[in-house]
Amino acid sequence: MKRLPKSSFASTVLMVLGLLSLGGLINTASAQQRNIPLDQLKSGLAYSSDEVRGLQLDDDFSSLSAHGIDKGAQLWKQVAGSSNKSCESCHGEVTQSMKGASTRYPAIDKATGKLFNLEDRIRSCRQKNQKAPNWALESDELLAMSLHVNTASKGMPIQVKIDGPAKKHFDAGEKLYMARQGQLNLSCTQCHDQHYGRRLFNDKLSQGQPNAYPIYRLDWQYLASLERRLRFCYSSVRAELPAWGHVDMRNIELYLKWRAEGLPLEVPAVRK
Amino acid sequence: MSNARIQLPPRIVEGDVFKVRLLINHPMDSGFLRDINGVLIKRNVIRHLTCTLNNQEIFRAEPTTGIAANPLFEFHLRAVKSGEMYFRWVDDKANIGELRHPLTVLLANSSSAPKP
Repeated sequence: MKRLPKSSFASTVLMVLGLLSLGGLINTASAQQRNIPLDQLKSGLAYSSDEVRGLQLDDDFSSLSAHGIDKGAQLWKQVAGSSNKSCESCHGEVTQSMKGASTRYPAIDKATGKLFNLEDRIRSCRQKNQKAPNWALESDELLAMSLHVNTASKGMPIQVKIDGPAKKHFDAGEKLYMARQGQLNLSCTQCHDQHYGRRLFNDKLSQGQPNAYPIYRLDWQYLASLERRLRFCYSSVRAELPAWGHVDMRNIELYLKWRAEGLPLEVPAVRK
Repeated sequence: MSNARIQLPPRIVEGDVFKVRLLINHPMDSGFLRDINGVLIKRNVIRHLTCTLNNQEIFRAEPTTGIAANPLFEFHLRAVKSGEMYFRWVDDKANIGELRHPLTVLLANSSSAPKP
């Protein structure tokens, strides 16, 4: 057998690498096919019991999130930090300035190049522009504010950007969504793409749509962000939890929002 | 910071019976539950709630531990005269909550009454 000269061996390796990366490209391109067609998307509300649905739909006055919404409205007008400004000082009326804002997150922050969800954006604005002590993730204030910002986009369809600098986050999120995790060795897709509508113990599995956060969760008797809900799924499959605000959580949120493209934002929402 | 919301019908005419709804933000700790560290959470419920209209008491409630968090109070009134509704509630920690809300009663057959 004729031995390949060194240079040609190197070129073969390069070619194989090239093919691999091309394969990678093809993979990610085809992966953007949707596991659930857009016309079959259903909010988690569709998989809730009648009682829970009633709690969400009965009336907004006695909604379980009512106090969060009221608190958010107050915080919007409250002056804070050394800038001596409130949200209202710059943004004016929330229904005008924040209309549709919630439907576009997570998105890339131009200043830092990081992937921000709505809570990150509020925190960064509070720190940079208001120069106020920041709200912790999952704090009452932050949840109330993101709920208040959401009210401006009530019923609007979710539409996130996944091209440009967001692409790598999207791909990472998708990979995470498809990957088996934890002691139960389950991936998100196995429950929420392949078995939604069927029962897991006493609950109906939903499609895992992120169109209503922050939700009021009866289990926790409190408002909860999407991140907290994701962490709950993580611990349910006994997977290792990333730190709060970890980029993995943002990536997966971006993937989920893309997956839920066109679903209307529910405000305020109740889940079991 | 107000921690309650109130709802009245948009138009109340003299003689109408209307519904008042009051939603209060309160933990209503029953005193039976423990926190994440196993320490008993002290009982803290709203003990006493009153509503006055022009300094005359029109509604009173004395909730106990059987009422869930963020209680919603509903009661009916017959519209007689306009005035200021004043709600006041006290809990076991002696925290006082207050809410003032104007009540506008339109005169029956009054031409100044706006159309619904």
